[in-house]
Amino acid sequence: MDSLDLLLGGFQQALTIENLFYAILGVFLGTAVGVLPGIGPAMTLALLLPITYSVGPDSALIMFAGIYYGGMYGGSTTSILLNTPGESSSVVTAIEGNKMAKKGRAAQALATAAIGSFVAGTIGTLLLVLFAPSVAGQVVKLGNPSNFALILLALFAVTAVLGTSRLRGFIALFLGLTIGLVGGQTGQARLTFGNPLLADGIDIVVVAVAIFAIGEALWVAAHLRRRPLDIIPVGQPWMSREDWGRSWKPWLRGTAFGFPFGALPAGGAEIPTFLSYVTERKLSKHSDEFGKGAIEGVAGPEAANNASAAGTLVPLLAIGLPTTATAAIMLLAIQSYGIETGPQLFDTEPDLVWALLASLFIGNTLLLLLNLPLAPLWAKLLQIPRPYLYAGILFFASLGAYSVSFQPFDLAILLVIGLLGLAMRRFGLPVLPLIIGVILGPKLEEQLTTSLQISSGDISTLWSEPVAVIVYAFIALALVLIVGNGLRTPKPVEPADDKEEVSA
Amino acid sequence: MSTTHEKDTTPRDGLRVVDKAQYGQAAFLAVVGGYVVYDATTLSDGFADQPVQPYAFPYVVGSVLIVLAVMLAIATARGDVPVAEEGEDVDLTQPSDWPTVLKLVAVFLANILLIDWLGWAITGALLFVGTAYVLGSRTLIRDVAVGVALSVGTWYGFYSGLGLAIPAGILDGVL
Repeated sequence: MDSLDLLLGGFQQALTIENLFYAILGVFLGTAVGVLPGIGPAMTLALLLPITYSVGPDSALIMFAGIYYGGMYGGSTTSILLNTPGESSSVVTAIEGNKMAKKGRAAQALATAAIGSFVAGTIGTLLLVLFAPSVAGQVVKLGNPSNFALILLALFAVTAVLGTSRLRGFIALFLGLTIGLVGGQTGQARLTFGNPLLADGIDIVVVAVAIFAIGEALWVAAHLRRRPLDIIPVGQPWMSREDWGRSWKPWLRGTAFGFPFGALPAGGAEIPTFLSYVTERKLSKHSDEFGKGAIEGVAGPEAANNASAAGTLVPLLAIGLPTTATAAIMLLAIQSYGIETGPQLFDTEPDLVWALLASLFIGNTLLLLLNLPLAPLWAKLLQIPRPYLYAGILFFASLGAYSVSFQPFDLAILLVIGLLGLAMRRFGLPVLPLIIGVILGPKLEEQLTTSLQISSGDISTLWSEPVAVIVYAFIALALVLIVGNGLRTPKPVEPADDKEEVSA
Repeated sequence: MSTTHEKDTTPRDGLRVVDKAQYGQAAFLAVVGGYVVYDATTLSDGFADQPVQPYAFPYVVGSVLIVLAVMLAIATARGDVPVAEEGEDVDLTQPSDWPTVLKLVAVFLANILLIDWLGWAITGALLFVGTAYVLGSRTLIRDVAVGVALSVGTWYGFYSGLGLAIPAGILDGVL
């Protein structure tokens, strides 16, 4: 098969000494930051963007892919050993995982999470290899009006479907769009306050570092936990025959939930991990153990989490649409090489894409080999002194923003947007719509401009393509449902219900 | 759009909690939106081959921001409170410690003001030591050692590893 040849070529490129080194570095860094509190894969990638100034695109992306998958592993370690999950995607893992750890079964919880992640990651990457090229092949045929509609859909979905408050989602989105307006890309200086340093717009690297790193560090500083966390000590992860028997089906079912949700424009890992948890509780022969540390409740959601991470790469590579914060930063990394992202990526940069896909398999295997023996070491990372951790984040964030153009002005922008990031966390505004708005806002305007240029100003061109019409119909339907729901149920019942289920 | 039904905000005793700071947030949004619209009015027509006028998007974004500001104000008055973000090191049971944040911002500002003159190798170390101190570290000698190692290390790392010469400032010629 054609893809198989290309994939083998990718393996050849990814298995060079240099790239293997970056893959190992990536999974190490990724796991470490996944374990470290207060710092997630998106922030890490944002802080590491300066790497792209000198490391080759294949090596950098291979490392970033390692960080992406490694961060998922590390996140599950934290949520099992501490009761406070760092990433929203590992919230569900913490429910049963932490209970298992408290019963002295931390080793088994970590093992089923790690092996389940490997299984799900491998199947998910396989599905990605199967689907992404054909999706890209279809999308590349679409015209600008359809692309305009797809970007609109991505913005809408990320804002309206994810998160708890839609109003706050839209506020974040439009703040992001505002930041994206700054600059002179349309020929006239917009929102530059007459400052020539703003004429090229605000560098997205600075925005990403400010929102993810500075905003987070300041927010934690305002609420720094003064009591020490109780960390459950752990030995070597292992599983008994019974644990294997109870884990393998949840792994596969979790994968089946995770991948499609990740691949959808409104993906994310929250919904599939939760669905997987509920399903496993229903299907389990040990449903009485749920809430007291059932291994199925760790195996399923962890697999769903990793499969959705693989699924997220489908829209990213095949359409050029990021749907998670981490994917958004990966997109920035690709663009910083001057590579145009979008469906044509498979045609214009086949070596790069296939090396990246091959490196996902490699990274996934490395994670399993490295992390089972290293789990006790990772657990020690949780004890890093907090002043050093957050001072370090501020240090590297400043360095990252400063290295964009060595202007103190960029540091000032970093501080201002960092304070915005702090305020967003205080006011419960989701970060993802803002960053997606900054990235996709200018693209939206560009696609609209090109569409209308081709049609010489005839606005009906926007609904002249079937895909565009379907997308608009879908958005309209979702809007009707949202408004209808909002009007019909004035008093909430579900949130309370969810809480019941979670703590039951 | 659904806003107020998202979270059950009325506590059991029936008293409404109004997060007054959210009015400030709404005001901020209105000001930003207003400025975006004002800025759009100062733009002139684009080129003849530019079907989307440079002011078209700003008008939309600015007006939506104003609408969102109004909606947020209404939601706030109805008792809609935000869910602040949680995290491993975040303890939301304690009141916010804003003085610490202000001190961090001050250290950060010092870095911005001094970096051209002193250079990253010095201000980076100051940034690390200062923020670590503000966050509660009291091992000054070790902090300085770590800070200097980090800032000088990253300077050389960027220089030899990435081929980027970070401006050396006052240490020009020394490093």
